[in-house]
Amino acid sequence: MSVAMPNVNETWTGKILEVTLGAGPDKGGTRGKTVTVGGETTLPFLHFEGEIPNKPVVAVEVRDRAPDDWSELLVKAWGDSLKDPAAWAAKAEGLGAEIIALSLDSAHPERGNTGAKEARETVRQVLKATSLPLIIYGPGQPDKDNEVLVAAAEEAAGERVALGNCEEKNYRTVVAAALANNQVVIAKTPIDVNLAKQLNVLIGDMRLDRDRILIDPTTGALGYGLEYTYSVMERVRLAALTGDSALQQPLIVTAGYEAWRAKEARTNDGVPTQWGDWAKRAVLWEANTAVTLLETGADILVLRHPETIPLVKRAIAGLMTRAGA
Amino acid sequence: MALSGLAIYKMLPQTNCKECGFPTCLAFSMKLAARQVELSACPHVSEETKTQLDSASAPPIRLISLGKDGHKLEVGNETVIFRHEKTFYHQPGLIYRLADSLDDQEFTHRLDQVADYGVERVGMDLRPDGVAVQDSSGSADTFAARVGQVAGKGLAIILMSSDPATMEAGLKAAQGKEPLIYAADSGNWQPMADLAKKYGAPLAVLGAGGDLEALAALAEQVAGYGVENLVLDPGARGWSDSLGALTRMRRAAIKKNFRPLGYPVITFPGEGSEDPREEAMLASQFIDRYASLIVMDDFEPAALYSLLTLRQNIYTDPQKPIQVTPGLYEIGDPKGDSPLLVTTNFSLTYFSVAGEVEGSGRPAWLLVADSEGMSVLTAWAAGKFDAERIAKAVKAAEVPDKISHKSIVIPGFVASISGDLEEELAGWQILVGPREAIGIPSYLRQLAKG
Ligand code: SF4
Repeated sequence: MSVAMPNVNETWTGKILEVTLGAGPDKGGTRGKTVTVGGETTLPFLHFEGEIPNKPVVAVEVRDRAPDDWSELLVKAWGDSLKDPAAWAAKAEGLGAEIIALSLDSAHPERGNTGAKEARETVRQVLKATSLPLIIYGPGQPDKDNEVLVAAAEEAAGERVALGNCEEKNYRTVVAAALANNQVVIAKTPIDVNLAKQLNVLIGDMRLDRDRILIDPTTGALGYGLEYTYSVMERVRLAALTGDSALQQPLIVTAGYEAWRAKEARTNDGVPTQWGDWAKRAVLWEANTAVTLLETGADILVLRHPETIPLVKRAIAGLMTRAGA
Repeated sequence: MALSGLAIYKMLPQTNCKECGFPTCLAFSMKLAARQVELSACPHVSEETKTQLDSASAPPIRLISLGKDGHKLEVGNETVIFRHEKTFYHQPGLIYRLADSLDDQEFTHRLDQVADYGVERVGMDLRPDGVAVQDSSGSADTFAARVGQVAGKGLAIILMSSDPATMEAGLKAAQGKEPLIYAADSGNWQPMADLAKKYGAPLAVLGAGGDLEALAALAEQVAGYGVENLVLDPGARGWSDSLGALTRMRRAAIKKNFRPLGYPVITFPGEGSEDPREEAMLASQFIDRYASLIVMDDFEPAALYSLLTLRQNIYTDPQKPIQVTPGLYEIGDPKGDSPLLVTTNFSLTYFSVAGEVEGSGRPAWLLVADSEGMSVLTAWAAGKFDAERIAKAVKAAEVPDKISHKSIVIPGFVASISGDLEEELAGWQILVGPREAIGIPSYLRQLAKG
């Protein structure tokens, strides 16, 4: 007996843009490795239906200042490298990072209040310590973000780094810095398709090339709003594939930052025994947050724990294997 | 394709005989369209109409239950591809596989691990759903003995053997618990289908290597033979093959109303991964993407807890986030001068905050503002947790009548609304608390020190 299977393939009219981070000497930078993400013509990993020319990649978070609120597990895992962003970046590269996500955290008024000068110095050292492309985050405080992101963009001129976060309140400054120095921006909006679109349009009005934007839809960790991110990412991707040009950029998610805020990952104090072994739970909390984000369209995942890196890369390798059938 | 009430009405006898329990055929049609009654309640429909209506009114993915009464696990009956289109309804069963060849002590230990696991999250009791007994011993007696042991536990059961005689021994030992028979393949489907009929048990149909046409043909054959409570295993394993197969099956059932694949899907993440951690990650994919039964090999509480949490997340109705009722909550018998904290009515936020306040050992008042079920940051971004709403909550809960002081602690993430709130709540002192719930105990300690 034979039963004809109906054709279930969708014909998508849109395509995700390819965005490249990092520039080698031939393109005016110094990176030994560059990374290109995006280019999909179908939903995540549906190889039977479309092209997925570039695999998602793992970025690893590095801070310019030893974090004082990180989980003991992270502090132990990274050891002394936490005190030196260059050493930290080199270690992350050795552990399999494909991008270094450098956070200029010390610029925060309550965490050191460093300025443009220090930011330049840090960027210079990290660029020297790693061959990988960079993402550079400000401390998340509007005035200081503007100050250090502009300095960092200048210092890394031509390196095609991604500057974040570029939000509604500061996009003019960040986009201008990207325009002036050939960088990319991370357009971040709070879990909302329309807000993501609006910001993208505003950035486009400033004439930044469309392939110099990454969309950060705002990540919710497993157990802490992951389902919101899941649905927003699906909706962004569906809109992009059906032709909405203001949502066609690759997606970047901060799985590490969010998962390690969760009590489940962060601590073992007074938690129920059913939560199981702390170290296993914590790494899986981050890895399983990452898996769900991969399934819904993440192109760049910013991670934190050394053990999560190979786990997530294994999932990516499995998902990128074209179906045998 | 769902039919409208009117379309159904046209196919009914239109005699208004009331035997279905409704005053008119039209009333009955409406209920039928809403899937609130079964067609069989009307004794007067013709066979032809029945076939037509059955296929039109049946859900695109059949609802299958394992077990009975108090311990029923229902899966399937999904109606959408993306959860934002409506919601996912029946969360996938998490099942642990135990080989019947394990020695007594080990088998009992592993069985108890599954049966005894339960954990509360956001006010809900989360637990794994069942056990799959795998025939590895090759002995029908051993298999039956193990199944008998499981049958007393109030868990859903899957019987795994390719040998019909062993399967029957297991079915007898399952004491009418309606276990899932795994599996009928192209070689043994007929005797397995006979067993499914004889014991009233649902039956898994196993394809090969993700060949969906062959799977559909086999499923149709088995259904045509009279066993319709089916579960499908496309035979695909691992990450991308499974994702491709399950996506195509889901689309065929829902978008094309393709009956032969309109059944819940069973998956085995342990068979497509190299180690327990990868198994747990692959199980996450199956929760995200269309599995109805997930059979795990490695029992690890840390992994199970993360999967139970993910399942709770993904199967939350997007239109109805889990909420708590806005109002003033007492944590640990607060007095008039105990601190007052405010948060949103997203239940996870509430439970995190309440849990930390409780854990701090310092009584406090917790004011829950109506943020339409959003967490602090999301609600703030959406304008559902601003100064006006908080001030309104203070009044609605008659806070000044219960509390003797005038200071309120707001979450650190919304520090920027302090100014507005001072205007809304004239004469109040606005204190900025920690950003994360986890910082509450030390914050309250400092607050008490002054
Ligand atoms: S039993 Fe059938 S014929 Fe009679 S009223 Fe109900 S629907 Fe109409």
